[in-house]
Amino acid sequence: MKTRVTELLGIEYPIIQGGMAWVAEYHLAAAVSNAGGFGIIGAASAPADIVREQIKECKKLTDKPFGVNVMLMNDNADEVAKIVIEEGVKAVTTGAGNPSKYIGAWKEAGVKVMPVVASVAMAKMMERAGADCVVAEGMESGGHIGSITTMCLLPQVVDAVSIPVIGAGGIADGRGFAAATMLGAEAVQMGTAFLVAKENIVHANFRNKVIGAKDIDSVITGTSTGHPVRSIRNRMTKEYLKLESEGVELMELEKLTLGSLRRAVVEGDDKTGTLMAGQIAGLIKEERTCKEIIETIMNEANGLLRG
Amino acid sequence: MLEKITNLLVEKLDVDAAKVTENATFSEDLGIDSLDLFDLVMSFEEEFGIEIPAEDLEGLKTVGDMVNYLNGKGVNA
Repeated sequence: MKTRVTELLGIEYPIIQGGMAWVAEYHLAAAVSNAGGFGIIGAASAPADIVREQIKECKKLTDKPFGVNVMLMNDNADEVAKIVIEEGVKAVTTGAGNPSKYIGAWKEAGVKVMPVVASVAMAKMMERAGADCVVAEGMESGGHIGSITTMCLLPQVVDAVSIPVIGAGGIADGRGFAAATMLGAEAVQMGTAFLVAKENIVHANFRNKVIGAKDIDSVITGTSTGHPVRSIRNRMTKEYLKLESEGVELMELEKLTLGSLRRAVVEGDDKTGTLMAGQIAGLIKEERTCKEIIETIMNEANGLLRG
Repeated sequence: MLEKITNLLVEKLDVDAAKVTENATFSEDLGIDSLDLFDLVMSFEEEFGIEIPAEDLEGLKTVGDMVNYLNGKGVNA
């Protein structure tokens, strides 16, 4: 399937893998790119030299293009912004803020710029600042989220900008892909669908929680802090939501989430870890390879879109 | 200028006019998050017929920053 996004990134299928912190390391990114999608290494809050190492390792596993997600709120953002240029990374997606101060340097170096946006005004400002496309991410997504659903955000962003739009949030099969296409997306970004990919390093306990998750198992914590996060409910989210409703100090809440994503992904702590995943986790029933995930979605979507 | 900005903040975001001073920060004092700020900036552009590049947003933390910025852009209000 050809779209402006596949042309821009030089990929076969318009499927981008989300830059999930701790989960999106080089094994996953390389596997997605090798399968014809666009893999992304999530720089998250990793030290800059680790990010460079991840990029180098990814290059060993694939000769296809891949990208890096830069979390703009984190202290490593300035350094990571430079590293992607030095390493000749094909594209960056950006999260948690306004990447405009980096866009000039990235464009000059030929790095494609794909900011994640959660509103129409932000999408417009990013287009004007020189973004090559935007990722319109609805609140169905896992991890840090905005407040508008994909169904509503995506068509409004598509109408507001002339650069291509990548739809994200709540997409994990061919039906979701086809729906996003109908809403005007020229590619989709998926995170949760790749959480249980065979190639990634996510702990078996976390995978089992995703596979076992039902439609109603997804909760949002941290709304009162201004930084809402979606994850699969467990002992941690229950405690967090209780404290949050009691209006405790931010510090008390942060005690619960300090290092909690790492505990979930790396150590498999499904009780006190944060099991970041989207609402679509309920649809995910088995572990598959990235190739199987991508090809199944494309076959299903192609059938639906032809029909 | 301050009056004009105050009116826009009240009209668009129901901000308490008494809280809008030059020292007030958009985020902590007025409860305007980053998405609101993008929207607000677009309203200013429309109102004053100027363009505010996304890159300039980082320097606009307080109402006073915005007043100075708009003055610097030659906005007369």
